[in-house]
Amino acid sequence: MPHQNTKDISLSITTFIIISIIKSLAVVSVLLTAVAYSVWLERKVSARIQNRWGPTRVGPFGLLQPLADGAKFIFKEDLTQPHVYKPLYIAAPIIALVFAITSISVIPFGNWVTVGPWGTYLQITDVNIGLLVVLGITSMGVYGIALAGWSSNNKYSLLGGLRASAQMVSYEVSLGLSLVGVLIMAGSLSLRDIVDAQGGVFWGFIPRWNIFHGQTIAFFIYLISAYAETNRTPFDLPEAESELVAGYHTEYSAMKFAMFFMAEYANMVTVACLATLLFLGGWHGPIFGPPILQALMPVFWFCLKVFFFIFLYVWVRWTLPRFRYDQLMAFGWKVLLPLAVANVLVTALIVAWRA
Amino acid sequence: MFHLILFLFFGAICVAGAVNLLVQSHPINSALSLIAVMASLAAEYLLLGAEFVAAVQVIVYAGAIMVLFVITIMLLNAGKEERTKGSRVAILIGVPGVLIGGVLVAWTLLHRSDMQSVPIGALRGDPRAIARLLFHQFLLPFEVTSVLILIAIMGAVVLASPPGAVARGPRKDEG
Repeated sequence: MPHQNTKDISLSITTFIIISIIKSLAVVSVLLTAVAYSVWLERKVSARIQNRWGPTRVGPFGLLQPLADGAKFIFKEDLTQPHVYKPLYIAAPIIALVFAITSISVIPFGNWVTVGPWGTYLQITDVNIGLLVVLGITSMGVYGIALAGWSSNNKYSLLGGLRASAQMVSYEVSLGLSLVGVLIMAGSLSLRDIVDAQGGVFWGFIPRWNIFHGQTIAFFIYLISAYAETNRTPFDLPEAESELVAGYHTEYSAMKFAMFFMAEYANMVTVACLATLLFLGGWHGPIFGPPILQALMPVFWFCLKVFFFIFLYVWVRWTLPRFRYDQLMAFGWKVLLPLAVANVLVTALIVAWRA
Repeated sequence: MFHLILFLFFGAICVAGAVNLLVQSHPINSALSLIAVMASLAAEYLLLGAEFVAAVQVIVYAGAIMVLFVITIMLLNAGKEERTKGSRVAILIGVPGVLIGGVLVAWTLLHRSDMQSVPIGALRGDPRAIARLLFHQFLLPFEVTSVLILIAIMGAVVLASPPGAVARGPRKDEG
């Protein structure tokens, strides 16, 4: 079983279940809101980059645009082509979305909080192998895309699905290896322990985050592989519209298409959360002010760092052109992988030498 | 109690997936059933307290190896397999063989006196304990296995390369 916190065991089973349900509902609704507003952010920022306005009509600054989009997706006709393999065609978007949302379950957002007589960590569940759980769940998400491509029975979809699965499997290797350095430094697989190991500062002003603590190269390897894992530009070959129509979701419309869309943005949020936790010190940041503010500051810092990553995603998308497929594979296997292995070796040697 | 119910539930999914793997005629359905088997096995490991093994089971088998299976099936665009009646030898020898084997295993498990049942979740399988075992007690077998895998990879490269390519060495016109 996932290891229980000593603080959690003291709760009765009913209280535990109620608190867990409240936490799950809160986290999932925050995640879905974040997904909706990342889409809005993407449209706004891309518009500014191209000297346009972006959505402005629905609500102030177009802030209600995600709601309008949602209503549109629900009421559009849900076309199912006669030539698809129906069971998997319907299951594929569900698989993609379910795994994208589940992976948020072990992400910690902040410290221990106490509300009246009850206290809890700001996290759905604290597992001592949290990082592996996230990696495992995200590695299952590839089936959604692969099966969508295959079951659509369309050559563009199939090519998109094949590209996506090959790319995700390849970049998962360097993504996993880039995390090993962090794990060696923290000596734990629990995301909470990894964040706790990054508290404090060097020389009074540089935070002891892993990115400033010898894992700078690992951070950039992680960042690049994460872009490839989430199929974002410059690695968005699975849906390269100039070659493949729309890639694996060519045959999908209405809510089924929206589910792939939501899964992609949910994955972006998860990847940004992981980057924050592993390299940017999680919820660590300057804390001051009255007690209520001190309780909320860690969550604020965490959200700010995640927002930075999502903004970076959008910024990169409208800055860099797409790779060619052989370049993508060569870069992944011949550049990122050796770099990641070298980083693991050097980190391990330095840690062993200091010990 | 709750653990036992969950354990039996995932056990049932595991067996159902394995049976479905054999019954399905389309390779992609069989591959998906195999994924269900792997995932429910991971849940069983988790319930037994071996969380690290559970996570590795999902990452390696369900997340990496089965993806390659699915890619292969997609690439070959394998269609439905043809139904055959099955060989008579398989029915005559296989079915009694399975029955005898099952009875033997059950009988041994029930009648050995030096075996005792372990409560669910009693064994600790955290990464530290497994790392100690792998890198202290079983270091040599562990390293030898990695060489074995390397040999398998080299064999695959040799088999997949066009005839004569291995003897000639790497092509000059590439990369």
